[in-house]
Parts: sequence; C-alpha cells; structure tokens
Amino acid sequence: MKKLMKLALAGTVALATSAAAWAEDFKPAVIYDMGGKFDKSFNEGVFNGIKRFTDETGIEVMEFEVTNEAQREQAMQRMVQRGATLVLGVGFAQADAIDKVAGENPDKDFAIIDVSWLDKPNLRQYAFKEHEGSYLVGMAAALASKTGTVGFVGGMDIPLIRAFACGYVQGAKAVNGDVQILQNMTGTTPAAWNDPGKGAELTQSQIDRGADVVYQAAGGTGIGVIRAAADAGKFSIGVDSNQNHLAPGSVLTSMLKRVDVAAYQTMKDAMSGKFDTGVRTLGLAEGGVGWALDENNKDLITDDMKAKIDAASAEIVAGKVAVHDYRSDNTCPAG
Amino acid sequence: MAEFAYQFLLTLDATFRLATPLILCAMAGIFSERSGIIDISLEGKMLMGAFVAAAVASMSGSPWLGVLAAMFASVILAVVHGFACITHKGNQVVSGLAINILASGLTVTIGIALFRQGGQTPPLGGTERFRPIEWWLVDTLDSVPLLGSIYRELISGHNILVYIALILVPLSAFLLYKTRFGLRLRAVGEVPKAVDCAGISVSFLRYRAVILAGLLCGIAGAYLSIGQGAGFVKEMSAGKGYIALAAVIFGKWRPVPALYACLLFGFLEAMSARLQGVDLPLIGEAPTQLMLALPYIMVVLLLAGFIGKASPPAAIGQPYSK
Repeated sequence: MKKLMKLALAGTVALATSAAAWAEDFKPAVIYDMGGKFDKSFNEGVFNGIKRFTDETGIEVMEFEVTNEAQREQAMQRMVQRGATLVLGVGFAQADAIDKVAGENPDKDFAIIDVSWLDKPNLRQYAFKEHEGSYLVGMAAALASKTGTVGFVGGMDIPLIRAFACGYVQGAKAVNGDVQILQNMTGTTPAAWNDPGKGAELTQSQIDRGADVVYQAAGGTGIGVIRAAADAGKFSIGVDSNQNHLAPGSVLTSMLKRVDVAAYQTMKDAMSGKFDTGVRTLGLAEGGVGWALDENNKDLITDDMKAKIDAASAEIVAGKVAVHDYRSDNTCPAG
Repeated sequence: MAEFAYQFLLTLDATFRLATPLILCAMAGIFSERSGIIDISLEGKMLMGAFVAAAVASMSGSPWLGVLAAMFASVILAVVHGFACITHKGNQVVSGLAINILASGLTVTIGIALFRQGGQTPPLGGTERFRPIEWWLVDTLDSVPLLGSIYRELISGHNILVYIALILVPLSAFLLYKTRFGLRLRAVGEVPKAVDCAGISVSFLRYRAVILAGLLCGIAGAYLSIGQGAGFVKEMSAGKGYIALAAVIFGKWRPVPALYACLLFGFLEAMSARLQGVDLPLIGEAPTQLMLALPYIMVVLLLAGFIGKASPPAAIGQPYSK
C-alpha cells in the first residue's frame, strides 16, 4: 500500500512539474463576452478559432464566459492570477477592462478583438474592414434583387454600423447605379441590439416599399429581420458569422467577420514567441472578412453572381477598387 | 395618390401588429391598478412570458402549449408581486422593479443553462409559432377596389393573438363595468374599507386582480416570442411594458380609451419605421434620431396637452390594513 502511495505521489509530482514547465512557456486564456461561446455569432466565431488552435497544438486554453458586465475585469484579473501569460478579450465591450488589466500587468500579453483605439505596449488589437465585406454582399443584394430596391437594417446607430451600411450601399451601386437602398436603424440605445420584433417590423416596412433583399447588422434584432424576410418570401443577408442556416433558401448569403482568424492568429503567434502588439486591421486581403457560400444558399447564388463578386473581391484585394470607410470621415459619399 | 393610400393602409396594418403587446399589457395594468396595486412589473412578466413561451414551444413544438406555459410563468411572478404587496404590504413600486430585474436576469440565465445559445432560444420553425391567418374570401374580395385591399391587409392576415388581444378589450370592459366582480374590483381600488365592511376580502380580490394581470402579460409575452417573433432574445420586451403603463394612464384606467392609446403608440411606431430616410415634402430627409424619437415626443406632447386630468384610483399604492 505504501509503495503504491509513493508511486502515485511520484506520478503526481512528475505531472505537476511538466505542467509547470508548460505554464512557464505559454498559458493562454480567453474571456468570452455576454452571449457566451455558443451564441451562433461573434463569440462562437472566436470559440471556433480557439478550438482549431487546441486541435492543432494540443494546448488547452483557459476560458471564461462573462454573464454580467461587472465580471469582465474580474475574470481577466483571475486569469492573470491563475498564471495566464496571454489573455484574449472578445468584443469592444471589454475594451475598458482589458485596458486597465493590461496596464497593471505589463509583463503579460493581452489581445482584444474589435477594438483599435487603446494604447498599451503589451496589447494587440484587432479591427476589421467590415465595409469591404459589406460591399460584396451589397453586390450580391443588387444582383439578386428583381425590384431594384434593397434594404438595410442596422442595430444601434453608431459609426460601426454606418460603416456596414455604407459599404453595402457602395457595393449595390457598383452593380446597378439606379438601385434604391432603404436604410433603417433600430434605435440609439443598446436595447436596439435585442429587439427582433422591431427588426421584423422595419423589414416588413422595407418590403412594403419594394425591397426584396434586406441586409442586417443588428445582433439579436437581426434574427427578426431574417424571420420577417423568410415569412414574406424575400431574401435577407446575415452578418458576422455564417447565418445561412437560420432560414435556408431565404438567407441570400452572410457577411463573414472572421474573428476565428484573429483568435487563432493571436494564440499561434503568442505560442511561437512572435507576439507583437499594436493594431491589426483585417480586411479582404487578410482573409478577415468575406461572404458565405455553403449548401444552404448554393441555389440562390448563380455562377454569374459568384463570378462578379469574386472579381470585385480580387480588385479590392489588389487595391484597384477602394471601398470608402464611413469611420474615416463620418460620411458616406455613395449616399 | 393610390400608392400613398396603400402605404397608409400598410402602416395601419403594422399599427395592429405593434399595438398588440401594448393592448394586452395595458389591460393587465388596468386590472391590477384598478384594484389598487401599482404594476410596473408588466415589463418583467411579459419578458418572462416571452422566454417561457419560446422555450416551451421550442421543446414541445406546440405554440399553444407555449402560450399556456407563458401565462403560468407570468402568473407566478404576479403572485410573487401580490405576496409582497398584498400579504406583506410592501412597497408596490419596489416589488415591481424587483420583478423586472428578476425576469431580466432569470430569463437569460435559464436560457443559457437550457440551450447554450447565449440566453436565446433556438429560432422557431413554422409550426412552432402562430402564423398569420388568411381570412375567408380574401381572394374573391380582392377585385373590389379599396375595400378589397382593406380586407386583405388590415383585417385578414394577422396571427391569432392579435385578434385575441382585440377581443379581450371589450371583454375587459364588460368584466369591469357589468359584473359583480368588476364592481368590487373597482371599489377595492377606490375605497377598500367599504369593500371590507361589506364582508368581502380585500386581499383575495386584489390577488385575483394581479393574477388576471399575470395571465394577460403572459399572452403579451408569448406574442413577442412566438407570434410576432420567432424565438426569445434577451431583453426582447424592450420597454413595451412601460409604454403600456403610459397607455393605461393615458386611457385614464379604462379599457377602451387605453386601447386607443395603444393604437396611437403603435401607429406612431409604425410611422417612425416608415419615415426614416424618406424625403418628406417641405422638410426633406429628417434625421434618423428625430424619427426614432418621434413616438416619445408625441407622447409627451399629448400627455401634456390633450389628455386632461388623469385621476388614478384613489387607493392605488396603499396597502390595506384593517
């Protein structure tokens, strides 16, 4: 019995030392935001990137799902206390928390997605060129529209969402200069992200005015947009993650924001010691945004549409077409 | 002109869709407040109803089970409210606020535990929610000018809960004004002492009133998640309970005027959705923010200018002790 105990003890010690060796090298953590890692959208995108990293390298990533606002900073500090060498924050709502915790722990690495305005020497920030992805789905909308009228439903009226709208308008106008674009914002408070009833109503009002494709960038409100378009037999366009499966046959395509790429890249760079800080902007050229084509919408996208969108995508990557970013001067030249 | 008339018709159609949860909640508020219990927990009860309806409809596949479960859950919250303010004579506003906060947190927490989708329920399919009902003769009447389109757009093609809400208004008025229960309910909100002296239990009457309010809020919640919408999203009631409460005051605690107030709010919201980014004669394109604020500006103007003196039930907010 004693012998067995000794053996077990030795085993534990051996395990502990090997774990400690890992900890010294690299111990990543991720803080998912409200919504949780299976939200079928933003957080789940990050989760997919983390999962890919874990599958490839075998390194487990510590994780925490924030369920109320006060937990963000707490969770980050707890991760640092538990020995995390890299903490990845998800979403702009965590900006203040990560700014503070990164300042207090200058010897640790931090990264955050969807933030570009912070300034800490140990913080990497990811921003996306949503306007480029929106341009492509704007083309898809104008190409698929039979009425020559397409719609956009935004969530909260902030520059980020205006940038989605502006890219969309530019894309639609590039295909058809006469296209009519109806734009609605759901509200001016954060409640605008979670009002599917109003989203459906706005969509219905756009359909009543002739729109037959409606693009939404509105979080939970967007679910109402997709549902209303499906009920009316019209098209909608998903956002952030691939939402084509939410109403197969009615969701024309989705504007993809590849947060999984950002999460994977962060983990990979930090592991191999190539973690550099500053702002990284992911656009079409970097594979950071794109549009979704899968078995749910392959019958909706004709070869001609695909060819035109791919061609435009190549031109944007090559720098021959510049998509205006609303956030650069707070105006949208295309109207 | 014909195009304008048609758009106006569609706006009226949207008015009914948007006003339905307000109407149901306003009736709930009238029952509760007429009995002397302030009810700012309309919002929380509706939110809980919305969540439970979507969760049950998603698991069972039946929207009717969803509505029943929503009414049940909402009644539980109503009874908690009643327990705090009737039995324990607590502050009714505080209790109502507590219920709103409870519902806001509980729905998301249970949602995450059950479905692991960030507090949402899975999107509901066609048979799991109430679909628009096409009335008889829609296609035959279509050829009749004007009346045909009014029939098709305005009267036909809503889901069952819209019609239920509209029927409940005269029913509520009947219950309040033409039945013995209604008379006692109104009396208990004005002079509870008199009711007590007549040998009728004040507490029991008030409990029945808040339970009625719970039932109605449950239907309103179900409408949000399985009638108008297709699934629960956190905080999806988005302040409608408070607007309904304003409609109660607006309608001076009477069902039919409250119905008009709800329809007015619904109409203003439908308008604000349709006028965003539209070129208006004389003004040009109005800013989004103005259009979004329009319903609230109108409410303030109307409340300040047109409603006249709103006198609440005399005993409202006062716990009754013998």
